[in-house]
Amino acid sequence: MPDTVLEIAGLNGWYGESHVLHGVDLTVGQGEVVTLIGRNGVGKTTTLRAVMGILSKRSGTVKVMGAETIRLPPERVARLGVGYVPEERGIFASLTVTENLMLPPTLAPGGMSVDEIYRLFPNLKDRARSQGSKLSGGEQQMLAIARILRTGARFLLLDEPTEGLAPVIVEQIGQVLDTIKGKSLTVLLVEQNFRFAAKVADRHYVMESGKIVDMIGKAEIAGKMERLEEYLGV
Amino acid sequence: MSAMALFGQLLLGLINGSFYAMLSLGLAIVFGLLGIVNAAQGAFYMLGAFFAWMLGQYLGIGYWPSLALAPIGVALFGMLLERTIIRRVYNLDHLYGLLLTLGLFQIIQGLFVYWYGTSGQPYDYPDALAGGHNLGFMFMPNYRAWVVVASLILCFGTWYAIERTRLGSYLRAATENPTLVRAFGINVPLLVTLAFGGGVALAGIAGVLAAPIYQVNPLMGGNILITVFAVVVIGGFGSILGSIVTGLVLGVLEGFSKVFYPEASNMVIFAIMIVVLMLKPQGLFGRER
Ligand SMILES: Nc1ncnc2c1ncn2[C@@H]1O[C@H](COP(=O)(O)OP(=O)(O)OP(=O)(O)O)[C@@H](O)[C@H]1O
Ligand SMILES: [Mg+2]
Repeated sequence: MPDTVLEIAGLNGWYGESHVLHGVDLTVGQGEVVTLIGRNGVGKTTTLRAVMGILSKRSGTVKVMGAETIRLPPERVARLGVGYVPEERGIFASLTVTENLMLPPTLAPGGMSVDEIYRLFPNLKDRARSQGSKLSGGEQQMLAIARILRTGARFLLLDEPTEGLAPVIVEQIGQVLDTIKGKSLTVLLVEQNFRFAAKVADRHYVMESGKIVDMIGKAEIAGKMERLEEYLGV
Repeated sequence: MSAMALFGQLLLGLINGSFYAMLSLGLAIVFGLLGIVNAAQGAFYMLGAFFAWMLGQYLGIGYWPSLALAPIGVALFGMLLERTIIRRVYNLDHLYGLLLTLGLFQIIQGLFVYWYGTSGQPYDYPDALAGGHNLGFMFMPNYRAWVVVASLILCFGTWYAIERTRLGSYLRAATENPTLVRAFGINVPLLVTLAFGGGVALAGIAGVLAAPIYQVNPLMGGNILITVFAVVVIGGFGSILGSIVTGLVLGVLEGFSKVFYPEASNMVIFAIMIVVLMLKPQGLFGRER
């Protein structure tokens, strides 16, 4: 297994004619939890979509576990062992909770079993037969994470998993992230909740208008708090 | 009106209803996944009948093998059209898909009229299903009983496959959010092609089943297509269960009206369609969009 799980260099991305990513550079090492932070609309979600191949109009270099993916369709990127939790969660309304959970195909051995998942997310077990459309926001987020933990993906892209959720639920998601770290999975996490991000992440990339403008290691956080608040506009 | 004649018409109505159900079920699958109102469905029905007839005429292949081979041929031809032509209009308004497939329908039908004329070719029952049984209240020809049973099994088998299996959950998920399903590692473009093949194969099977009852005629697809569109509108566009139930019920209703008021039998389905469109435009089983 290569030491670098994700290597992005000079990544540009477009929605139609509108140029959104302007040369993103970042790397994520094996077993790291790295966040991508920045104000609304700077291109965090777009970066994840470009990595997944969902944003098809893109150029530059995106290497996943050493393999160049800039020309691959999403299904081929996923098959490299990448799990994606989109910002809008993407729970399928016409599928039951169980069907949603079982939907993503196994990508590699070593994924969590359904029992393990239900132990980590007890509320999902109670809702197993409910329709996806009936879940609360927190339950949807849990399910969106749970279903990719089943697949054996070694590299997870999480887009604002705490967005709009109550503090208790945010705490629960924090515990899930600890479990993920305990399994030495690699995570690229988009997060606006910096207090949350600071607890779980090893490093932070700061994004502004489609570019990475700063990188902050765990040790430096305390000293750079002021600058961070400026970046995030809080 | 004798009871024999009444039940005979009802049986014919049920048979037509099962053809409506199979064709509109195929339409529902294709529409849900691709957003294409596949007007070529009538041509695939006609091709199913013609392929079976050609297999018999030119290769001496009988009914039972043809019942499998002809729909496979129809599916392969349909998937070829999907990959090369129909795929190009997915991102456009639904109207373009309808017009494109209507054009394909006209071309296919036109070629077969040119090659074989419009008088129709007879196609024989399989020997095993010759004859029938007297049920007391009616005479039940074996072949007709077989058509009803086979169609019901196919329709509900398809419903089960879509609503209750893993592959079906891929289909339903891809209907909702194809991009995300791809991001999970599922080859959605391939799934779409296969689903298109499955949808048109249903029409192909209906065509083979119909061949011994109504002759094999290049115009048979056009006749049924308009009715099937009405069925789909009444049931609710894209609804799987809706197309099955509506197809069967409307076939029977049409049979009834042939007995009691034959002059209205050609209109009854369309009259219902208009009423449904006025009262519940999303169709009886349709979800609001
Ligand atoms: N589908 C789209 N079509 C066109 N422009 C888009 C689309 N999605 C996003 N954008 C634009 O691209 C830019 C980057 O958006 P993106 O969603 O990546 O931001 P973000 O950093 O994830 O923001 P947030 O914190 O609000 O989620 C924004 O200016 C946004 O308006
Ligand atoms: Mg975002």
